[in-house]
Amino acid sequence: MRFPIFCLSILAVASTARADWLNFRGPQGSGYAKEMQSLPRSLSDESISWKVPLPGRGLSSPVIVGDKLFVTAASGPEQKQLHILCFDRNSGEPLWERRFWATGRTMSHKKTSVAAPTPASDGDRIYALYSSNDLVCVDLDGNLVWMRGLTLDYPNASNSLGMASSPIIAGDTLVAQIENDSESFAAGFDLLTGENKWKLDRPKAANWTSPTVLKVGDDEVVALQSSKGVLGVVPATGSSIFNFGKGASTIPSSVASGNRLYVPSNGLTVLTIKDDGSEPAEVWNESTQRPGTASPLVIEDTVYLLNNAGVLTASNIDTGERLWRIRLNGPFSGSPVAGSDPFLYIFNEAGIGQVVDLTGDEGSIVSELDLGETILSTASLSDGAIYVRSDNSLWKLANP
Amino acid sequence: MKLFSLLSTLVIALTLPLHAADLSEQLAKLNAVGPEGKGNPEAATAWNEITQGNAATILPVLTAMDGASPLSMNWLRTAAEAILEKEKKAGSTLPSEELQAFLLNRENDPQARYLAYDFLSGINPDETAALVPDMVDDPSPPLRRVAVAALIAQGRSQLETPEKAATTLQAALDAARDVDQIDEIAKLLREDLQKSVDLPTQFGFLMRWHLIAPFDNTDREGFDRVYPPEEKVDLNAVHEGKDGKEVRWETYATSDDYGMVDFNQPFSPLKQVVGYAYTEFQSEGEQQVELRLGCKNAWKIWLNGELLFGRDEYHRGIRIDQYVLPVTLKPGRNTILVKACQNEQEQDWTVQWEFQLRVCDSTGAAVLSTDRQPTPEPEEKARRRSAE
Repeated sequence: MRFPIFCLSILAVASTARADWLNFRGPQGSGYAKEMQSLPRSLSDESISWKVPLPGRGLSSPVIVGDKLFVTAASGPEQKQLHILCFDRNSGEPLWERRFWATGRTMSHKKTSVAAPTPASDGDRIYALYSSNDLVCVDLDGNLVWMRGLTLDYPNASNSLGMASSPIIAGDTLVAQIENDSESFAAGFDLLTGENKWKLDRPKAANWTSPTVLKVGDDEVVALQSSKGVLGVVPATGSSIFNFGKGASTIPSSVASGNRLYVPSNGLTVLTIKDDGSEPAEVWNESTQRPGTASPLVIEDTVYLLNNAGVLTASNIDTGERLWRIRLNGPFSGSPVAGSDPFLYIFNEAGIGQVVDLTGDEGSIVSELDLGETILSTASLSDGAIYVRSDNSLWKLANP
Repeated sequence: MKLFSLLSTLVIALTLPLHAADLSEQLAKLNAVGPEGKGNPEAATAWNEITQGNAATILPVLTAMDGASPLSMNWLRTAAEAILEKEKKAGSTLPSEELQAFLLNRENDPQARYLAYDFLSGINPDETAALVPDMVDDPSPPLRRVAVAALIAQGRSQLETPEKAATTLQAALDAARDVDQIDEIAKLLREDLQKSVDLPTQFGFLMRWHLIAPFDNTDREGFDRVYPPEEKVDLNAVHEGKDGKEVRWETYATSDDYGMVDFNQPFSPLKQVVGYAYTEFQSEGEQQVELRLGCKNAWKIWLNGELLFGRDEYHRGIRIDQYVLPVTLKPGRNTILVKACQNEQEQDWTVQWEFQLRVCDSTGAAVLSTDRQPTPEPEEKARRRSAE
């Protein structure tokens, strides 16, 4: 069976062309934006273009559309106040803010936050999901387009440790995984109305991974990872395309590159997704290459993994052969990102940003910058700059 | 007062760019959003029209929050804030007097009044701060919280004169509704001023129960299985429990500050088991209250034999007021049954088999049973004896 032909929205094409950073880990949720150039090759105090305060905590990453940057936060007693903030990404000037009262449960482990999921954008609107299962759509000027209170609709859909999965847009559908021990589901939402296009029951198990978009031929498939494995679905309908049933991690997410999916499963398992509807073919598995909290990163012919000991491992994408490994300055809650230059960027929980040069026989940390605040998030990239948020602040880092 | 509020809104509405009837129609669309995205497109169009309004539009938007659903509250809130943001940038005169009147009218929606306070704080901070002390008995929890915070700060500053500090902090405790503030005040009174604080009564935790366990929960199947207490509570009955062993109801009293009912104390730590806890609550009359439960085990709860809610999540965390269940108590005797399930996990953070339950009003103020007994002393903790 061949995949149905999907209509990619004009919006999505236009957005890609602008090279914005539209969701968690950027293009297709990969962490790698090969069109992003002139990123800093080292970080120092002079790299700080601006720093602005945030009204609340969050683990979400900034989303960038054109000259605007969007970030979420949660504040107040029991984190019941939700924020979407918009800044001029060049100057850091606040442009607008929208505040909401959480309609779902806001309990979470003290390390995480109700503003853990990163928003997604189609280039015209921002779709912000929170651990309270509030899902809000605003346009780029802050006009409210729609709002869903998913805990109002599905009362047992919550995780007392906190939810963290970030939604993603594929075609004209917003896909979100609301997966937990009780009322566990994934759904596709209409971008313009917020109504369900589809809703799937999912394994009843806490799951903090985010959906990943995989391109198979001309078609887009969304990979939904869980403790059971990975289910590939048609974004517009939720119809199943493939199923990998050997289990997977519930913290680091899969990453797609070409028609391959790099799955945190029994260490790392690499799958080839074919366009004939057959089950995924396993390319290789390496049980010793076990990602920690950070999701894998694939750049050209190398896959990079960061384990819970802070060891960064580079391996050949075709064979799994380990090329080198170095110890970074951990621990890490965020994931690494990279642009066209062969440098990897990651911030540890203490707020120390690290730049890793990937060009030599083995990687090396070429610079570190201590921002002095707790950072549990993944950085975002755009036009020569790194944007990262801490518990209290938002930074732009660029070449002086 | 409600009528006054509506008339005021009508008068203001007559000065709006949008005709009052049009505005009312648009606000109704924000109040019509429903489950699963119902009404979103119409609300978005209305939101865009409403936010074209000038500063005089803010009050009608806040007034429309009366009786609004949680989703509609957010549509209305963002509309009011968007108008305020726009008018501030334009340098327009903001309706301070109207906002203050709205804030001071306790008949208005509690959250809408807090928004009015928030707006006023940005317009006239000093004048607004002067209003805070009178909010100490305010029915709006967030406004009351502001006043309690001021009292706590005052009490802290008086710690070198203990009697003054104790008076201030006791007033703060009497007024406080939020858990974090109550904890903070109790700590100051107990540790800095050596005063006693009856936290269980302050919160309204239910301290005296009848417990029965263990029933089987192998493979977590006990959550859905109906054991005899779910059909009828007979405190003298003997039932067949896990592995065919006889189980009986036992009385149990907790002296925990936060009302924790710990099945592990009378029954020892067990795995893959189900326990039930039963108590009665005497209500002065028919009244709306909230049952607020904290539990890190799978649980179900019944009031007067009616299942209220259940949740099959294990060991993801517990906190006071984790689950809020609005209910109506009938006059006199009300029965409460809680089912708590323990699963198979063996990690040290999965030992707990417990819950905490309090009865309070929608602001968090304790509602006490008319026959509430004194809080058990610590030596009474986990008494185990046959129910008679």
